[in-house]
Amino acid sequence: MKLKVLYFASLREQLGTRGEDLQVPPGVTTVASLRAMLMSRGGVWQSALAQGKALRVAVNQEMAQPTTLVSAGDEVAFFPPVTGG
Amino acid sequence: MTVRIQVQDFDAGAEIAALRRGNPGIGAVASFIGVCREANDGSVVTSMTLEHYPGMTEKALEGIVAEAKRRWKVMDVLVVHRVGELKPTDQIVLVVVTGAHRGEAFAACEFLMDYLKTRAPFWKKEETPEGSRWVEARASDDEAAGRWQDRGADAA
Repeated sequence: MKLKVLYFASLREQLGTRGEDLQVPPGVTTVASLRAMLMSRGGVWQSALAQGKALRVAVNQEMAQPTTLVSAGDEVAFFPPVTGG
Repeated sequence: MTVRIQVQDFDAGAEIAALRRGNPGIGAVASFIGVCREANDGSVVTSMTLEHYPGMTEKALEGIVAEAKRRWKVMDVLVVHRVGELKPTDQIVLVVVTGAHRGEAFAACEFLMDYLKTRAPFWKKEETPEGSRWVEARASDDEAAGRWQDRGADAA
């Protein structure tokens, strides 16, 4: 299935991209498995998305958890903890 | 509009006047303005850039406003947040709450800022003489927001 994946702030800079339309294999069904798939690209993807990094994820513009399901056409965004105000 | 994200500056007096217009039931107006400081974490800040997530940021703010209205008896709420490049002394954010009485308006205003700082997708990048850096989230902001989890209108 296809997902729209977005990256913001320091993560966008580290990864060198604002986002991508991504074809994911059938095993990718949750936020956690999508993150693992992206990390498997290695290099900066491995380090920037590593477990233990304070990262937030939103699915269809709602805050999500590692167990949140993703389905075809979803917009999934990865970003650091927010610092507005 | 209850929630606005904009590059341009805002005029708090004009915004408050517009919110109050035609509502003689208002007895209290609580407001907060966040301003760009000249120093942060021991460094001089020459400017900062605010990034947001178009679409989600508006939705998150609207959700926070709805939650404030659910918890406290307030009339109107306005949140204006700037994005783009800002310099020290520039205004960043405005929150205005109107209500019949001050207690509810004060509490809702503080709640809105605490939740905005920890839940609305905005990110600050500062320019300093040592280079640019992304501002890191503060544990004290999470603690400030956490206070509200077991407090509602009853405790206000």
